[in-house]
Amino acid sequence: MARFAEHGPRAPVIEAVRVDKVNPRSRALRRFIAFIAVVVAVIMLIPVLVMGITAFKTRTDILASPPKVLFKPTLEGFVYLLFDRAIATQSRLEELEQNAKAGKLGLLDRIALQAGMEITGPSDYVSRLRNSVIITGISTVFSVLLGLFAAYAFSRFKVPGKGDLLFFILSTRMLPAVVVTIPLFLMYRQLGLYDRHLGMILLYITFNLSFSVWLLKGFIDEIPKEYEEAALVDGYTRLQAFFRVVLPQAVTGIAATTVFCLIFAWNEYAFALMLTSQRARTAPPSIATMLGSGGLEWSAIAAGSLGFLVPVVIVTFALRKYLLRGITFGAIRG
Amino acid sequence: MSQVELKGISKRFPGVQALDGVSFAFEHGEFFVLLGPTGAGKTTTLRIIAGLERQDQGSVLLDGRPIDALTPAERDVAFVFQQYSLYPTMTVYDNLAFPLRSPLRKTPEAQVKSRVEDTAEKLRIAHLLNRKTAQLSGGEMQRVAIGRAIVRQPRLFLMDEPLSNLDAKLREALRVELKHLQKTQGSTTLFVTHDQIEALTMADRIAVLNEGRIVQQGSPVDIYDRPATTFVAQLVGTPRINLLEAGRNGGTVSVKGSGLSLTAPRLPLPESFLLGIRPEDIRPEPKGAFLGKVFLTEPLGVETILHIRCGELTLLSLVPGMAAQRVGEELRFGILQEKLHYFGLDKKRITAE
Amino acid sequence: MATIELLKVEKRFGELQAVKPLDLTISDGEFVVLLGPSGCGKTTTLRMISGLETVTSGRILLDGRDVTYKHPSERDVAFVFQFYALYTHLSVRQNIAFPLQAQGEKRELIDRRVKEVVDILRIGHLLRARPGKLSGGDQQRVALARALVRRPAAFLMDEPLGALDAELRETMRAEIKNLHIAQHATTVYVTHDQIEAMAMGDRIVVMSDAEVQQVGSPAEVYYDPANLFVARFIGSPGMNLVNGHFAEGLVRLQGTNRYAVPPAWKKPLAQALEGREEVVLGFRPEAAHVNPNGALSGEVYASDMHGGYTVLHVNIDENEIVHIRSDRQTSPAIGTPVRFDLDPEMVRFFDPRTEAAVRREALR
Repeated sequence: MARFAEHGPRAPVIEAVRVDKVNPRSRALRRFIAFIAVVVAVIMLIPVLVMGITAFKTRTDILASPPKVLFKPTLEGFVYLLFDRAIATQSRLEELEQNAKAGKLGLLDRIALQAGMEITGPSDYVSRLRNSVIITGISTVFSVLLGLFAAYAFSRFKVPGKGDLLFFILSTRMLPAVVVTIPLFLMYRQLGLYDRHLGMILLYITFNLSFSVWLLKGFIDEIPKEYEEAALVDGYTRLQAFFRVVLPQAVTGIAATTVFCLIFAWNEYAFALMLTSQRARTAPPSIATMLGSGGLEWSAIAAGSLGFLVPVVIVTFALRKYLLRGITFGAIRG
Repeated sequence: MSQVELKGISKRFPGVQALDGVSFAFEHGEFFVLLGPTGAGKTTTLRIIAGLERQDQGSVLLDGRPIDALTPAERDVAFVFQQYSLYPTMTVYDNLAFPLRSPLRKTPEAQVKSRVEDTAEKLRIAHLLNRKTAQLSGGEMQRVAIGRAIVRQPRLFLMDEPLSNLDAKLREALRVELKHLQKTQGSTTLFVTHDQIEALTMADRIAVLNEGRIVQQGSPVDIYDRPATTFVAQLVGTPRINLLEAGRNGGTVSVKGSGLSLTAPRLPLPESFLLGIRPEDIRPEPKGAFLGKVFLTEPLGVETILHIRCGELTLLSLVPGMAAQRVGEELRFGILQEKLHYFGLDKKRITAE
Repeated sequence: MATIELLKVEKRFGELQAVKPLDLTISDGEFVVLLGPSGCGKTTTLRMISGLETVTSGRILLDGRDVTYKHPSERDVAFVFQFYALYTHLSVRQNIAFPLQAQGEKRELIDRRVKEVVDILRIGHLLRARPGKLSGGDQQRVALARALVRRPAAFLMDEPLGALDAELRETMRAEIKNLHIAQHATTVYVTHDQIEAMAMGDRIVVMSDAEVQQVGSPAEVYYDPANLFVARFIGSPGMNLVNGHFAEGLVRLQGTNRYAVPPAWKKPLAQALEGREEVVLGFRPEAAHVNPNGALSGEVYASDMHGGYTVLHVNIDENEIVHIRSDRQTSPAIGTPVRFDLDPEMVRFFDPRTEAAVRREALR
C-alpha cells in the first residue's frame, strides 16, 4: 500500500527534472535560451509599462510623435482623474496665479492652474472605485462561502442527481455575457435592482458560484474523508468536524478560489456597463469613458487603470503561494 | 470494556453484496481479529460497528444493548484508520487532545494534559508532543494514531489494518508493542487485517471473512491446524499450503498429476477430493518415498522454500536453514502423513464423523 | 542484457544527502536487490539508474556506455512501478504494445513480441480487458509484460509487490524469480521487505541512511552481517543483540547470565576489542535452543504462535528481551523460567563502538 502522506493535499508535488538537461555541457546553451526568454517576457510587459508611464506624462508628451521616452513627470493625469475641473475665467485665473505666487495654493491646484483650470471638487472616480470595492468584496465573500458549503455537500454526501446538478451549475458559465444582458436588464428594471449595489452583487455571486463550487469541490475531494470520520467517531458533529478539520486543510483551495472570484468580479465590464448608471457604477466602465475638454484624457485613463490595477496585484501577490497550488491541484504526484 | 456482538449484519452496495449475514461475538479484554483478503468486507464491518455506515439488516450490540440507533460519537468506540487519521495542521499534543476536547466530552484542560502525557509515555512518543505531525515518520504517526484512540479510554477499539502501510520491520516491532499494550491495558479490540501473520501472532481469537461471509471462527491454533475450508487453509500459513487434487482407490490415495501415492487415512473419503499438505510437512529425505526435481529455491535464512516439481505438479517444501539443494537437482522427499488435511470437492474439511 | 556500474554515484537534494557516494557493479544477468527501510536511498538510487532522477556527482555505466546524462528513453532499461502505472484508457494488449509503438517498431515485430510475452506471463485471456478491471496480481503481470516486451538491457523494479495482498505477494515473488531465471535478465529490485530480498536476490545491497551497509549473497548477509544494522534488519525477527562485558573468555550479560565464548572466538575477540570490555553478543532466534540444562536463563515474557512454530519472547534481564524460535509444543505460560543454549556455530559478536561485526578469522 501507499507510503504515508503520499496522497491528499499534503503530498509533495515532485518536479520532474530532465536528466539530459543537467549535463554540464548543455548549461551554457540553456543559459542563453533563458536570457532570450527573459527578453521576450520583458517585451510582453511593455504595454503595461507604457500605461504606467503614460499616467505621469503631460498631454502634449502623450501625443508626441515619435513617442517620448524621457520626459518630465507630472501628476496632471492623477489630478484629472481624481477631481472635476472647470475652465477658469480670466479673472479667476489671475486670482489663482496671485495665490500661487503667494504660496497659498496647494500642489494639486497649481497643476490644474497650469492647464488653465481650477478644481471644483472630487470626481466620480473615487466613488466608482468605492463601488467596485464594495461589490467585489461582498460578492466574493458570499461566492466562496456558499461555494464551500455546496462543494462539501457534493463531495461528501449522496446528493440525488449530483452529476446533473454539477453540470447544470457549470453550464451557467457557458453563455457569453452579452447574450443575457438584455433579458437581465429587463428583469432588473422590473425588480428595481437596476443600478443598485445589491443587483450587481447578486449577479456576480451567481456567476462566480459555478466556478467556486467546481474549484472547491476539487480541493475538498482531495482531503481524505477519514479525517472527518475520525472526528465523528471522537465525538464531534459533522458541522464541527467541518470547521475544525476540513477548513484548515482547505485553506489553500479557499485562497485560490477567492483570488479567482475576486479577479472576475473586479474586472467585470459588460454587466457593469449595462446594468448600472450613476449610483452603482463600478470602475471599469467609468475609466474607459473618461472625457475631458478636448477629447479623451489619456493620462487620466492611464492613471485610472494603474490605480485600478494596483489593489488586485497586491492581493494576488500576497496570496501567490496559494494561487500556484490552485493551478496545480490534482496534478500527478510521486 | 464490553462484550461485543454482531447479529446477522448484511450490507449491500450498488452491484455488490458487501456483507451477508455476518455474526460473531467477543468478550471484554479480548483481542479479536477479523482476517480476510482485500474486498472481503472487513472495513465495511468495522465502519458499521463505528456508525460510519448503516447496515441493511442485522444489529450490533454492545454490552447486550443494540447501538444501531446511536451516532458514531455516542457509541464510545475508537477507530484507528489505516492512514489519514492525524490532523496535519496540528501538533502531536493537539492531535492526542482532540478527542478529549470534543463538545461531547468537555474535559477540563488539566485532565486533558495529564491524559495526553500519560498516553504519550505509554507509546513512547512523549518527546514528540510539540512536533507537527507532518514531520513524523510512518511508525511515529501510527503510534500517535493509536494514542488518539487510547486517550479516550473507550469501550471498544476498532483498528483497520493500522500496520499495513508500514515497512516490514516497523510492522514487526509495532505488532509486539501493540499486543503487549492491549494485554496490559485489557482493552477490548477488534483488529482487521489481510496479513495472516498479524492475525496468528496477535489474536486471542480469529474470524475469517471472505466475500462478506464468516467462514470460520476460532483460536489461532484452531484456524491453523483445523482449517474448515480450503480457503482458510490457503489463507493462513506461509508459504501457502499445497492443495492437490487426489483420488481414493481402496486403501491408497493417489495425487493426480504426479506419481505420489499415500496410505488412505481412517476418514470417510469420497472418490475424488482435495489434499492439503503444509510445506513444513514435506521434507527432503535421502531415503524418502517420493521423487521430484528442484525447480526454484527461496532462501529466507532461517529456512528455505523449495519448489519441487513432481510430475505436472509443483510442491512447496519448507526446510530449516540454508538448503543445500540447487535448482535442477533431483530430490527424494517424505511427507508427514499424520499432518495431512482432507477437503471434499465442496472445499469443506472432511472430518471423522 | 548488460552490466551496470555505479561509480561514486551521489545524490543531494540541496543540503540533504539522499545517497552517499556509492560504488556498485552488477553483472550481466544478476538479480540484485536494494534493501532498506523507507528513506534509506534505495528508490533514489534506482531512479538514478533509470534516468528519472538526476545524478549530483558520479557516473553510471550501462554495458560500458556512460549514460549519466542520457534521457531515460536512451538508456534501454524498463521500469516496473509499485502502482503498476498502466494506461487505464488502453486495453491490456495496447498497454503491452505501447513501448514498442513508441519506438516506432514494425507492426509485425510488435505482434510477435507481444504474443511471446503474453505466453510467458500467461495473460492471454486478458488481452482485451481494461487494466482498471483487473485484480492487483493481473495488473502487475501486465506491467511486467510491458517491461518484458522491450527486451531491455536491464529491468528496474520499484517495490512491485508492495501493493499486493500478502498471499499474492508470495505467488508473484516466485513468478518474478522464475521469469528472471528463464530470461536471464539483469534486474535491479528495490524493496523494504527483507523476506523478498532474501528469497529473490543473487546479491543484496543493504542500505540505511543513504549509505550501503553491506553487499552480499543472502547467506552472507544472514550468517555474517557486517554490522548491527544488518544483523537487526535481516531476519524476521532480526538477530538478538545483547550488551555484555567480555573478560577471560566469558561474556557477562546484564543480569546474572554468563556466556562462555566458544574457543574459536576467544582470540579474535580479544584482538578486536583491544582490551576494552564492552561487546555485543548476537544470535538468531533459531540459534537458541530451549534446554532444561541450558547455560543461559530467563523468564517467559510472551509467546507468539506463527503457524508452524512458536516464538518465545524471553526476559533475560530487566527488560532485555530476546526472541527464541521453538517448535509448537513448547509454549509455556508467561512468567515461567526457561533455560537455553546457543549454537556455537551461529553466535556472532559486534564492537559496540563501531557497530561493526568482529570477524572470526584472527586479524593479523
